[in-house]
This record gives sequence, structure tokens and C-alpha cells, in this order.
Amino acid sequence: MARQVTLNRRMVNTAVAWAFGLLIFFPILWTILTSFKTEAEAISLQPSLFDFDWTMENYQEVNSRSNYPRYFMNSVIIAFGSVILGLIIAVPAAWAMAFVPSKKTRGILMWMLSTKMLPPVGVLIPIYLLFRDWGLLDSRVGLVFVLTMVNLPIIVWMLFTYFREIPGEILEAARMDGASLKSELIHVLTPMALPGIASTMLLNVILAWNEAFWTLVLTTTNAAPLTQFIASYSSPEGLFYAKLSAASTMAIAPVLILGWFSQKQLVRGLTFGAVK
Amino acid sequence: MGSITLKQVAKRFGDTEVIPPLDLSIEDGEFVVFVGPSGCGKSTLLRLIAGLEDVSDGVIEIDGKNATDLPPAKRGLAMVFQSYALYPHMSVRKNIAFPLKMAGMDQAAIDAKVNGAAATLNLGDYIDRRPGQLSGGQRQRVAIGRAIVREPSAFLFDEPLSNLDAALRGNMRLEISELHQTLATTMVYVTHDQVEAMTMADKIVVLRAGHIEQVGSPLDLYREPANLFVAGFIGSPAMNIIAGPAAEAYGAPTIGVRPEHMELSHDEGTWRGVVGVSEHLGSDTFLRVDVEGVGTLTARAGGEFPARHGDTVGLTPDPERMHRFDANGLRIAG
Repeated sequence: MARQVTLNRRMVNTAVAWAFGLLIFFPILWTILTSFKTEAEAISLQPSLFDFDWTMENYQEVNSRSNYPRYFMNSVIIAFGSVILGLIIAVPAAWAMAFVPSKKTRGILMWMLSTKMLPPVGVLIPIYLLFRDWGLLDSRVGLVFVLTMVNLPIIVWMLFTYFREIPGEILEAARMDGASLKSELIHVLTPMALPGIASTMLLNVILAWNEAFWTLVLTTTNAAPLTQFIASYSSPEGLFYAKLSAASTMAIAPVLILGWFSQKQLVRGLTFGAVK
Repeated sequence: MGSITLKQVAKRFGDTEVIPPLDLSIEDGEFVVFVGPSGCGKSTLLRLIAGLEDVSDGVIEIDGKNATDLPPAKRGLAMVFQSYALYPHMSVRKNIAFPLKMAGMDQAAIDAKVNGAAATLNLGDYIDRRPGQLSGGQRQRVAIGRAIVREPSAFLFDEPLSNLDAALRGNMRLEISELHQTLATTMVYVTHDQVEAMTMADKIVVLRAGHIEQVGSPLDLYREPANLFVAGFIGSPAMNIIAGPAAEAYGAPTIGVRPEHMELSHDEGTWRGVVGVSEHLGSDTFLRVDVEGVGTLTARAGGEFPARHGDTVGLTPDPERMHRFDANGLRIAG
């Protein structure tokens, strides 16, 4: 009897989880399907899910009109560059907060997090003016810098949560064993925290890849990443849904594939510290 | 060599003084146990000796040299932690080799030493496993192995057995005592378990709220506790502490009688009371007896003493082995 109840409950849970999963995935699925439709079918008032004339013409058109590899490379450089720079700053910061906390550590962490609650448009004018004066507009260096700042609070928080799970006694044991601070970080802390550093990196690459506000505002051509590539299909001739969808699919495909193969790491990174 | 001397060593965290200035001398080759209840400062004292905490005042000398400001690795001490503190990403071999690698020793010498330690501690069968694949006792042995390869002048143990089950704890206690006899190196051992202290120590340091209450050999502490705190802490089951008219009859405001120093009888006794709980272990019998005007006393009889809940028994303390304490709780000599 108890087994039956457990089985029923599990089936309901699975059904609900699948329903939510499909609901969340549906816009992406719709975008991918639309990218294979003609423009007429894409804006049809009675759209069909799978029953339409599949075509590759949108992809051919998008490829001939835009230089996809250049946008792609810009996205790679900006996303990975900002996360690597962020990690270089955040690892020592999170180490200090986790292992030598002061009375202010909690406050500093909360303050860092609070910056994520500020609407980016609030600092748009000063950042735009600084970028203009320093010649950083439409440059990859400038975007790497700004996305590092945007994601740094999350990187520090994730690493801090991860480092805090590492027992301080292990680092003390290393100190007793004669390890210098450098050896302690290289031989003990980093290998132990590697899964955490990897999942932090992964999640933040995805966040940086998807970041649209700053990448759209601060670039035009030279440093334009895939967000600009998508946006270029929503102007000036009007909206072309099928081509827009093809461009979107091409923009999200790399990150979708990356996410698919690293699901385990991502879930671990996101739930770390929540359960023992 | 492995003598450790503390001179007026004190530790404060902010405004809180956890260790008031204290003096202590640990001789070369001695097995010294710091014992006391949770929060008495015994682990802090050990960490001050290790160099993992900075002293607020005073001087720590190791082998006659001032080590107060030396970093942990330069003190020539090795520590075994309560949580074992093994490196989870390294094999047993690499864990034990780590301090030697940090010391810049060549690989051949490292291998020889690691194999030697593994043989001493019976670690050979799982030398290439990781700590996660070992039992608690095996992990503790690896932690000890990591400590002995350094050939330190003294070992520091911070409650090393408290994560083990009772049977394993007994075995490891013997192993550590044997290791001490084999190596003849100074060992400083922290525990809250007075049985560990009594069975392993050459010298026990009883601590309360950062103060040293008494220093002495296990039997000195058992026979002549300096005050009520030590009297109640050393000995299992704990000493019966009796105050009021029953104590005054023996010429002291408070007296202490150990459970094993009372004669049990069905017919007669200085104090007569009703048995509340009786524990029959075969080798011993423990009785909790409610005596009117005295309180609840624990009595111990060697072998089997036939008494059950509700029986009336007589208890006669041995006056030669009775402990007398003054109004301040200090031992009255004689």
C-alpha cells in the first residue's frame, strides 16, 4: 500500500516536472521550429507545430547577409574573457572571505549582491561617458571589463559558498605540513575546489553569453557579439520572424550544447550549499 | 628533544579572555593530556602551541628556543586533527608524503619514509586509496602516518578519537600509547574524555575556563584532587559530593567519596537508602541510592551485589579514602 502511494506520488511529481520543463523550453522550441518555416508560415494566424514545409532558406539568407563567425568569435572572447578575469579577481576574494572572515565580511557580500538589484540603466550614462572618453566604445576590451563587473558578485558568491564547504582544518593541516600560502592554494585549495570553480565558470560564461543590455548599448560593429547579430534582424526593414528565429537559433545553439553536456556541473553549481 | 614551556601565555579574542596568563612545562618524551569540559580552552591552548593561533601575551619555548612568533611549520611539531584533515584529492601515499614534499625531500627518500610509516601503521593494503574510501579508524591512522614521517620533536593530538565508535576508540587508544612507547617522542593530547586522559597520560593538565586547575600524574589526580572541580571530573563514575550536616559529621563543609570507596551491605551502614537504579555488569555492580538527608549517591561493588530497585541498602564510606574540601571547594590536606 505504502509502495503504491510512493509510486503514485513519484508519477505525479515526474509529470509535473515534465510539464514545467516543457513550458520553460517551449519558447526555445518554437524559435527553432520557426527558423525552418517560410516568412509567410512564421506569421500565419494558424501556426502549426510540425506540419509545415521545412526549409533551410532562412539559414542560407542569414549566412549570406551576416558574418556569423565574427559575431561568434566576439561572443567567445567576451564571455570567456570576462569570466577568466572575474575568476582571477574572485578566487582570492572568496578565499579571504571564507577562511579569514572579518566582522564586515557578511556586509560586504550583501553589498556586492545588492549591486545586482540595481537596474543597469541606472549607471548607463556614466559608463557610456567613461567608455566614450577612454575610447572603449565598440571594443572587446571594454565589454570584457564591463561584463566582468556585472558578473563579479555572482562569481564571488558562488566561490565563497563553495570554499566555505572546505573544512578550514585541512588548510591548517597543510600549514602544519609546511605548505606556504602559495603551496596551500595550488596543492590543496584549488584541486579541492576545482569542481566548484568549473561550475562557476560554466554558469557565468552562459550569463555573459546571454547578456544583452550592455552588449547592445556599447557595441555597433567591431566588438558586436551574437546579441547584436540577433538584433540586426529586428530592424530597419521590419520584423522578419523566420530569419530572426534562424539568427536566434544560431546564437543560442553553442550555449545550448554547452549547457546540455554540462548539466551535472551546472546543477551542482546552482544548488551547492543548499543541501549537505 | 621535545620540551615545551609556556610562560605567562594568554589568549584573548577581542575583549574576551579565553586563556588567562598561564605557565606550563612539558618535558621531553612526556605524554601530556589536556582535559576539561567543552569550551575550557584546551583546544585553543593546543593551537597556540601549534602556532595556528597567535598568543596575545607570553612566550612559548620549544626545545629551549623562543618559538612564539614562528609559523606552524617551523616549530618542528606535527598535529593530528579531530576531523583527520586528510587531503581528499590525494591517495594515502600522497597524503603521507605531502609534508616531505613540502620540505623539498628527494623522491627516493620520500618513498622510503612513506613505506616505513605505512608498515608501522598497517596501511600497506590501502596505500593507493583515497581517504573517502577508508573507514574512520583507517583515516585516523593515515593522519598519524602523515605526522610521524616528519619526525617531529612533539606530536599534538586534538581530540583524535572523538569521531570513532567506542570499540575502535579503545583500540586506537592502545595504538597511540604503543606508538608513544616506540617513538618516545613528546605527545600533547587534548580530550574531554577523562578515561582517555587516565589511561594514556604521564601527566594530566585539568583545565576549566582557561585556568589550569591541577597538573599531575593520573593517580595523583585520582588520589588527591586539588579541588571540587577536579574531584568531580576525574574518576568514573564521578565522585559523590556531599555537603551539609552529613559532611560536617566528618569535619568539613563538603566531602567527596568515590563510588568504589564505599562498602555496600544489606544489613547495616553509615547511610541507609533506597536503590533507585541498579546496573549489573557481572564484573561490577553500580547502584544509585537515595539517602535521606545526604542525597543520591552512586555506589560500586566489585562482582555481583544482589540488589534491585526499591531495596534498602547500607553504605559505609572508607574514612581513609574520603576527600575533604573547605568552603571555597579547595582540598583540606590530611
